[in-house]
Amino acid sequence: MSSASQVAERDAPFQLRGNSFTMMVLKVFAPTSPDFFTQLNVKVRQAPNFFRNAPVVLDFDDLPESIVFDLGAFVSQVQALHLLPVGFQGGPQPVREAAMTVGLTPMPSGRAAKLEEVVKAPDPRQQDPHQQGQTPIPAPQVLIEVVHRPTVVVTEPVRSGMRVYAEKTDLIVTSSVSPGAELLADGNIHVYGALRGRALAGFSGDGNARIFCHSLEAEVLSVAGNYRVSEDIGSDFYKKAVQVFLRDGVLSMDLLKTA
Amino acid sequence: MSKIIVMTSGKGGVGKTTSSAAFATGLALRGFKTVVIDFDVGLRNLDLVMGCERRVVFDFINVINGEAKLNQALIKDKRIENLYILPTSQTRDKDALTREGVEKVLNELSKEFDYILCDSPAGIERGALMSLYFADHAIIVTNPEVSSVRDSDRILGVLNSRSRRAEQGLEPVTQQLLLTRYDPERVERGEMLKVDDVLEILAIPLLGVIPESQAVLRASNVGMPVILDEVSNAGLAYSDAVGRFLGEDIEHRFVTPQKKGLFSRLLRRSA
Repeated sequence: MSSASQVAERDAPFQLRGNSFTMMVLKVFAPTSPDFFTQLNVKVRQAPNFFRNAPVVLDFDDLPESIVFDLGAFVSQVQALHLLPVGFQGGPQPVREAAMTVGLTPMPSGRAAKLEEVVKAPDPRQQDPHQQGQTPIPAPQVLIEVVHRPTVVVTEPVRSGMRVYAEKTDLIVTSSVSPGAELLADGNIHVYGALRGRALAGFSGDGNARIFCHSLEAEVLSVAGNYRVSEDIGSDFYKKAVQVFLRDGVLSMDLLKTA
Repeated sequence: MSKIIVMTSGKGGVGKTTSSAAFATGLALRGFKTVVIDFDVGLRNLDLVMGCERRVVFDFINVINGEAKLNQALIKDKRIENLYILPTSQTRDKDALTREGVEKVLNELSKEFDYILCDSPAGIERGALMSLYFADHAIIVTNPEVSSVRDSDRILGVLNSRSRRAEQGLEPVTQQLLLTRYDPERVERGEMLKVDDVLEILAIPLLGVIPESQAVLRASNVGMPVILDEVSNAGLAYSDAVGRFLGEDIEHRFVTPQKKGLFSRLLRRSA
């Protein structure tokens, strides 16, 4: 970019940029069920800090066509649990209309596929030179989030009181993690020494994240807010090579089979 | 070129001051000009263990504040050539330790001494941070029990992130473990952590194992560094550790229970 346009950019009262956010989706099956908010409350209380004021997208895809319910009241009850509904996806036409009137944004349905489409928006540098010639004024710059973030690799022991956060990526520790140390990653966590501290994978809510370790002696394990403390880990897995992941939304552990 | 050593642990009461006194004395006995500095401002103890409490006029903080010259505050040990003590203040607190002040004193000392040994206070606050900030080498004093090991682990993390060497991206502070108050019999009964258990968690080289010994308390009550007690196991173990520190290859002793004769076994059984 030329310096002239950089100056212009700096003087502009705004900047338009693309960004992607990780948000939780609240899949609504039976909004009229008397247990709906009791159960949601139980879930939220498991990790109150994680859920506090977290933006959520309401997914109405699985609602029956004929459903009738007060969407405004529903949204305020969700807000009462300190979740912030910001948008919705899917649902029967009347529900969609009601959602628009209470100020929710319609989000494109589907997740992974759509996300990738956004990320893969055409890179202006790779545009046909023809086209560039035809458009002498550059289009508003759209900064696109890098698809691949380099994995964070730690080779030194992670000592008590240390905290390592791999933001939007995976974390690999090739030595041991001491009791009182904390590993956080938005992606997966691998520990090739003994894991004696805390490990929280899928920290921003990715339920597909996993924890892999050579010797499981952890204080706390968590994937996307589903956690287990060392008391609940069980002697079958203690000091074993283990992977930790969500199986149908429940934190599960499997021994890693070594050949 | 003088070398700055910090004796630290995180946890209190594990034997930092005892070890500082013994270690400094051991280095001086081997002919190195050594000074040991008490960083535990407000809880002055080193002078007691070194037996020079009645000779303290000026202290470390006076020197930092420019109220006294370094030579006025340094106390020369009466027993050993080459050994000096820089006591601290009992009336001030850790805020009196400024980074610039500490650096000034250490710079001045390094012109004269081979080894500068900093006796750290417990904790990870100002006093401990100041004592380790300028260190080239750290001796981590740990007892064979979980809370002490965890605190040592924490202080190792602090050394790796908040020392001058870490902040300026220089060669990291070298680290060695001194396992104190080790009781091989209690270890055998499973009441204390084994040497290997501690090494597995801390993952630093072992400098020495000091056995639990009544000689330690006896020595500190009379103000004599325990290393001077040449008949006690603890004294011998400190002497070995100093040798290892200087690069000698010395086998670890006092890590397994001593063989008991029939007589002592009978005594124990009847007790």
